[in-house]
Order: sequence, then C-alpha cells, then structure tokens
Amino acid sequence: MRMAALACSAALVAAPALADRIFVTNEKGNSVTVLDAASLEVIHTIEGMQRPRGITASPDGRHIYVCASDDNLVRVYDAATYEELPSLPSGPDPELFVLHPSGNPLYIANEDDNIVTVVDVNTRQVLAEVPVGVEPEGMGVSPDGRIVVNTSETTNMAHLIDTTSFEIVENVLVDSRPRFAEYTPDGKLLLVSAEIGGTVSVIDPEKQEVIHKITFAVQGVLPEALQPVGVRVTADGTKAYVALGPANRVAVVDLSSFEVKDYLLVGQRVWQLAFSPDGAFLYTTNGNSNDISVIDTASDTVTVSVQVGEQPWGVVAVKSE
Amino acid sequence: MYHLSRAAAGLCLLISTSPAAWADVEYRAAVIRVDAPGPMPISRLDLPPADLGFAGATLGTADNATTGGFMGQTFVTETVVASPETVEAEMQRLLDAGVPYIVTLADAATTVRLADMAGDRALVLNAKATDDSLRGTDCRANLLHTAPSDAMLTDALAQYLVWKRWTNWFLIEGSHPEDQALAAAYRRAAVKFGATIVEERVYEDTGGARRTDSGHVQVQKQMPVFTQSAPAHDVVIAADRAGVFAAWLPFHTWDARPVAGSAGLIPESWSPAHEAWGGTQFQTRFEKSAGRPAWDEDFQVWTALRVIGEAATRTKGGDYAVMRNFILSDQFDLAAFKGQKLTFRDWDGQLRQPVLLVAGNVVASVSPQEEFLHQVSQLDTLGIDRPETECKR
Repeated sequence: MRMAALACSAALVAAPALADRIFVTNEKGNSVTVLDAASLEVIHTIEGMQRPRGITASPDGRHIYVCASDDNLVRVYDAATYEELPSLPSGPDPELFVLHPSGNPLYIANEDDNIVTVVDVNTRQVLAEVPVGVEPEGMGVSPDGRIVVNTSETTNMAHLIDTTSFEIVENVLVDSRPRFAEYTPDGKLLLVSAEIGGTVSVIDPEKQEVIHKITFAVQGVLPEALQPVGVRVTADGTKAYVALGPANRVAVVDLSSFEVKDYLLVGQRVWQLAFSPDGAFLYTTNGNSNDISVIDTASDTVTVSVQVGEQPWGVVAVKSE
Repeated sequence: MYHLSRAAAGLCLLISTSPAAWADVEYRAAVIRVDAPGPMPISRLDLPPADLGFAGATLGTADNATTGGFMGQTFVTETVVASPETVEAEMQRLLDAGVPYIVTLADAATTVRLADMAGDRALVLNAKATDDSLRGTDCRANLLHTAPSDAMLTDALAQYLVWKRWTNWFLIEGSHPEDQALAAAYRRAAVKFGATIVEERVYEDTGGARRTDSGHVQVQKQMPVFTQSAPAHDVVIAADRAGVFAAWLPFHTWDARPVAGSAGLIPESWSPAHEAWGGTQFQTRFEKSAGRPAWDEDFQVWTALRVIGEAATRTKGGDYAVMRNFILSDQFDLAAFKGQKLTFRDWDGQLRQPVLLVAGNVVASVSPQEEFLHQVSQLDTLGIDRPETECKR
C-alpha cells in the first residue's frame, strides 16, 4: 500500500524543478518537507521513514541522504523527483553523518554502539567501524578530506580520525556534551559546540589543541538555556553561526576576533543550520515551533519563518539543475 | 560480600599517537548498599532487582573507562552489599584500603554515620536517601547527594500542579516517620507555590502481608470509604515513602480525582521511559549491560560515578584534594540526560537536577516548569535554596 502510494506521488512530481530546494527532516512527523527556496512554499512532503534526523546532500545536489534513526538506515532520495533510492546500511540509531568532500564515503555516528560507521555510498558496503567515545554524535570533515571528526557526548571529546587508515589520530577534550563539528573552509580552524557546557571550542587542527572558547550571554536568558548545537561557517570563513537550542537564538560569531556580534531571535529550540547554495541565506530548524527561520546572511536579519512538519530536526539546501 | 570490577574497556581498541602521554592513573571507588529486611512492596513489579544500584555502577564505570582509555586513566569500582549490622565494618575496610570515593545506598541515619567515619579520608556520595534532614541539620562537608531531596521532588510536582491550576490538595500520608517527613515536604511545597491543602488524613500501617490472593476485593471496598467526605479538592496527594497504600489509590478514591505523589503522577529522578536529551542512549546502554530497565538508584549511582569520571577528565592528575575541590567548585558540571548542566549546591552538597514527572509508561512532564523563575538558576526553584538552608558546613 505504502509502496504504491510512494510510486504514485513520485510520478506526479517528476516535472523538473527550477528553483533551489530546501529539505527539512521532521523528527516527529516521520517525513521530509521540501520547500521551494525562492517562494518558500512547501512543494512536497516525502514520507515513509521513521524518526528522520540528520540530513545531507551529495556535492552535485542530486542525492539526499537522511538518517532514519528508528529504521536503523540511511534513506536516500533523488533530489529532483523525490523518488526513494536503495538505502544505505548505517549501524543502529544513526543520528548525524558527514559526506567526504568528494561525495563518498559517508561517515555515520552510531550513538548506541560507540562507533563511527564508514559506508561506501555507491557499493552500499560498510568500509569500516571506528570505535570512539561514549555516544558519538557530531560529525565533521576537513576540507581536504583527510580527517573526519566525531564528537562523543558523554566522553566530551572530539576524535580526529584519519580517513585512509580509519584510525583515531588525536582526541581533543572539549566541554560537556559536544554536539557538532565544523571546519572553516581553509581547514585552519575546527569549531566544536558543547550543548551542556554552553561553549564552542575553537581547535587548531595542526596543534590539535583548543585555542579559544566562545561563550554566550543574552540578557534575560538564563545561562543554562544557552545550549550551542548546530554550527555553520560562511564560505569566506569570516563568520560562524551557532544555533543556541532552547535560547531560541542563533549567535553570529566573528571568526577573526571570536566575538559574538549578534544574537538573532528565531523559532523555539533551534538545533541545526544550513546555508542556501549561494550562501545568501541560512536556514534554521526550530524543533518546538515546527518551523524554519530564514536568515539573510548579508544583513544578519531574520526575514521570515515558514511552517514545516512536526519537530523539524535537520536541514539541507540544494541547487536547482 | 563484595565484587570488584575493573573496567578499561576499549583501551586496546583505541589508537592515539598523542605525544602528551599522561601517566596512567587509577581511580578507586566503592558502592556500598545496605539491605535491611523489610516488608514486600504492594506490587510484585516493584520487587527490587538483586543488582539494584550496582548495575548503574557497572555502566558508570564502563563509561568512565571509555573516556579513560583516551586519557590514560583506569577506574576500579568495588560493590559491597552490607546489612545494618555489617555496614560500619565494611566502611572501615574500604577506608583502611584507601578508597577515596564512596557511593552509598542507605537510609539517612546510616548515611550520616558513614560520612562521619569517612571524615577527610573520603568523599561520600549519597545515591539513595532523599531526606531533607541530610541536606539540612544533618549535612556534612564531605557528603554530596546525587539523589534529589524530598523538597526537590515535592516542589517539582507542586510546580506542575499549580501550572495545571490544580491547587486544592487532599493530602494522605502514611504513618511511618519517612512518610511524615515526605508529607511535611508537601506542606512546604504547597505554601511555596500557592496551593492549599484542604484535607489531611493519615493511613495507618496496621501491619500484615502487603500482598494476598484476591486482596483487591477488600481494597476495593476500603479505599473509597477511606477517602470519602473530603472537602472539594482537585487532586489527591499521597505521601507514602514506606509503600503501604499509595499504589491502591488511583481508581479507588471516593471522588473521581487524579492521584499524584507516591502513585499516579510520580516525581522521580529517573524513569526507564525517559528519552529526551539523549536519555534513550542511556536506556539502551544500560539495558544491554544489565538486562533490565534502570531504576532511580541505578541512575543515581551512575551519576555519582560520572561525577568522579568527569572530575578525573578535567583535573587529570588523580590527587584526591584536587578532585574534591574541583567537584565542589563552580568549575564543575555534568551532563546527565536532563537537558542542562548539573552542578552541586555549595550550601548543602545537593546536585541540582530537573525532576521527571512520571505517569505510568510515559514521562508526562519535567520540572522546573518554565513559568517559575529564579534569579540564579531555575533549578534552584526546586528544593531548599541558599537563604533557607539549615546546613552549616
């Protein structure tokens, strides 16, 4: 029944898409909302998955990968037709992942098993399982693709893993419950958010040490509500955006001084962030208000919020073909 | 009877080329549980498992060891079952062996005695007793509490009921001293958050077996009669630490009213249903390791050992005085699946923590409720705050 419905809906939307598209996973809604990035209209909803969380796209923008946590799978979709493609093995309870800059392989954090699973997206084979700390979560990859970073939430470390040997080459201690890892485009800095610690550690990947800790303070917001999760760095490497969870704000950080320049009020419990393909906009998933906020990155203003599905978690935007 | 577990799991699997090779440091802890003979619980589902608390120790030690594998640290935890007669000898043995971190699962009086025996030789972490007296007049400088206090638990429930506008309470307390202490905590919570206790009754424990074949036949007739003719109330609050009657209240009250406290909507530090803030990961790890769901005591022991592990990670050297000072400092915080950092109150050694409000198979809510504000930490809306403390440490 479900297969038939899927095939039917795929056939209906097979017309070529023109504008950029935004894909949002709805953790509670068991769906992916697809928005037209120009009109910000919801143009499609992909269903048939359980507890989708992490989401990413292939470098060419043709494939969408979704961590379907309760299916214990990575589901794969055609970004133009929304047709479901063969799934990838993920190990149990996949939450977040990162693609190698070349588009292959995929590095997946398995929270339950204290491992990072490495999967070839073409052959759909597991290439390696790397033991890491307790509750692996955040995944980042260096721009040159040589190092993949995993953060483990209960071990409070960033594990730097060699992508050819699949071995940990360094462990860097950060603050409590690290959630996300993001390199600057030049590969010279690695940012790791700590949700409970309330900081973003700035790591020098060469020296493999924390050179600065970014802290946050918002008048009228209790310090314990300032919980950094998603982090994104602009293509020119000058600014980082940090989602502050239940503080309902995104911090704008100047990466030359590491100072917070602004706090942008978005929806409730903001977790993950993604840039538009041209970098002009940043999209935020607001889990407790069931919407995404759109930030204009030139003026650093929030322009609009758009309803999506229930409890949006992850977001990715792809270019039109 | 004791058991030694040495956890360095994962050590051989992990490869580090770090030049900063920390010297191997061993952290020794013990969990001492006092099993006193007592009546059976009303429900056979509430029979305590044989490894109560110790299963939390196994997981806490393993979690510490995984991190320790990267840090050059090993963690050894001894688990000890004692009776009220043997507990002091067991404690003496641990102190003589130089174990500096001792987690206790004991009643309030025993916990104080053990803390006094430890003196400046060991830090004692109470993972069981909820008594407010342990955080008040009977507090000790070397005694920390990972179990929430009665005041925290009752404040957590009170906040929710007041948020719900269920402010008229019918309080039923048991006849044991611990029930009366819990009832006193509910009276305090009612005053603090603006609820009114419209009626109080004491359910006398007349002894006898807690469970009998077809015992429900009599209960069905007794409980409605016991609860009839109460003034108008929104909710029945049960203060039954001894576990004599509360489980029988829901669906047996004279008036059709919800039950909260020791039955119905129950404030607890942990529930095997809790999934928020990564809680699922604790549950699956625990259940894989222990083969059963986690109890409050398991979570509280896990938390106590993670306090040691977290301090070891941050201070590295292993020196007892450095560890102890760090744990008590404002530098210390712990992530424990409750959505925010947990820290110790410097005035009474209590771990600040959100409290789960558990309704059967789900977590119905988590307090503090966001509408109750505080000038320092919202978590300090739960329990005894700095200006009210009777603790002189």
